[in-house]
Amino acid sequence: MKKQLLLTVSSNRVVAPGWHHMVLEGTDLPPVTPGQFVEVAAPHGATLLNRPISIFDATATTLELVIAPVGDGTKAICDAKVGDSLRVIMPLGKGFTTEFPVGSKVLLVGGGVGIAPLYMQLCTLIDAGVKAEVLFGLRSRPDAEFCKQYEALAPIHICTDDGSFGHHGLVTSHPAFGQHYDMIQMCGPKPMMRAVAASAAERGIPAEASLENMMACGLGACLCCVEPTEKGNLCVCKDGPVFNTSLLTW
Amino acid sequence: MVTDMSTQLGDLVLSNPVMTASGTFGYGFEYEDFMALDNLGAFIVKGTTLEPRQGNDYPRMAQTPAGMLNAVGLQNPGVEHFIEHTWPRYGALESKVIVNVSGAKIEDYVRVAELLAPLEGLRAIELNISCPNVKQGGMAFGTTCDGAASVTRAVRDAWPRHLMVKLSPNVTSITDIALAVEGAGADSVSLINTLMGMAIDIERRRPMLSTVTGGMSGPAVKPVAVRMVWQVAKAVKIPVVGLGGIASAADAIEFIMAGASAVQIGTYNFVDPSAAGRIPAEIDSWCQAHGVSRLMELKGII
Repeated sequence: MKKQLLLTVSSNRVVAPGWHHMVLEGTDLPPVTPGQFVEVAAPHGATLLNRPISIFDATATTLELVIAPVGDGTKAICDAKVGDSLRVIMPLGKGFTTEFPVGSKVLLVGGGVGIAPLYMQLCTLIDAGVKAEVLFGLRSRPDAEFCKQYEALAPIHICTDDGSFGHHGLVTSHPAFGQHYDMIQMCGPKPMMRAVAASAAERGIPAEASLENMMACGLGACLCCVEPTEKGNLCVCKDGPVFNTSLLTW
Repeated sequence: MVTDMSTQLGDLVLSNPVMTASGTFGYGFEYEDFMALDNLGAFIVKGTTLEPRQGNDYPRMAQTPAGMLNAVGLQNPGVEHFIEHTWPRYGALESKVIVNVSGAKIEDYVRVAELLAPLEGLRAIELNISCPNVKQGGMAFGTTCDGAASVTRAVRDAWPRHLMVKLSPNVTSITDIALAVEGAGADSVSLINTLMGMAIDIERRRPMLSTVTGGMSGPAVKPVAVRMVWQVAKAVKIPVVGLGGIASAADAIEFIMAGASAVQIGTYNFVDPSAAGRIPAEIDSWCQAHGVSRLMELKGII
């Protein structure tokens, strides 16, 4: 069941240039599955429409988000101080596949702030006995405390465009990408996800991609965020944001 | 409710005047987690056409100051899908449902109305002659008195119950169009549909919408809508349903004072999905605080 809640900011920390890790607290938060998202109302009416933000992690009393302040709405949200209240609608959409046979190998590929929803997915896969690895394409390195959360769970491979840290090149050129997996799940810029999906398809590996189209309602009512698919135009907010890439016509 | 909130659109009696606008509320089910749909006076479901429509290409939406542009283009699975799969799900809510009917040709509007007519629990349809986002039909019918009258008259003959006609603000005189559809047999008029608008991404040097132009809605359009409702309510004898930027009980009361017998919440459903379910109670509170025992006492006092 979806809820609209007023949550209190209990932490708001810059974890990489342009990334805020925000912890919100409340009571009776509805259950969340990895890859789902929330709509956050921009404080002070900075934007009329709420901002869709993927869920980093959630419990019955906490919601963790990683937000890049790129527009008026996300800037106003990132400016929230500890103790401020934010209006949140959650949980929204359909997330990643989480059920695999024990011992399956899954690669999680994140680009930029798209690594955020992969954290909860990684936790879920590890708990389920799945062998998960993580491959990130980054421009700026998150701080050690933030990275530690992923590193504690699984092998992490990092790529950068300029070689400033990690592997120099695109995620598709990383040796870890060439291994066999039972599934690749990803979130990041569309060009990255298209390249990953094409390579996965060539190798017969199923893949899931989390999309981020511009949306208004987040509930499947306005039909603004549609993505063309083999089944016609589907709403990223309701039918996604995670889609099996075999369905996408991108 | 302490206040008498009931309102009458001709033969259509509503428990309260708060409806939701077509295209902003899906089929109602999308909002069930956020309100009891029964709290609404009525809810108007997505624009329904004879054939299924995929709508326009992405991007279909752009934010604007205190509002938004949309160019959805009437994406819907078609009237037969609605009748077979959606309508049976309403059960006790049937009396709250109004179907918005759209088309490219007069015959299409008529055929949709004919197919909906056997749904006895469906008390009203809203004729959409004002959609700015389709190439053929839509707003083309709503911008001339002859066009508006001819589609209204044709559907009047095919539809036996309440016929509401939704008017476009993109005209020289909305009053003339309202009078034309009244003369052609409309039972009520709803206004305003979206204002045609446009926005450009200057960095990419491209329009924000795939269709270049689209329909503008949200709080920014409210003063235009209030003015048009006031003008039309003075000119016609049939009831007027007001919409355009309503985000609160105060906004709804403003439209009623301007002459509206009922109101529709539109874009604000995207902002606060529980708002439409809450506004009737908030109107009731306002009336109690202001010594108003029957809401419709306020209708058209300006």
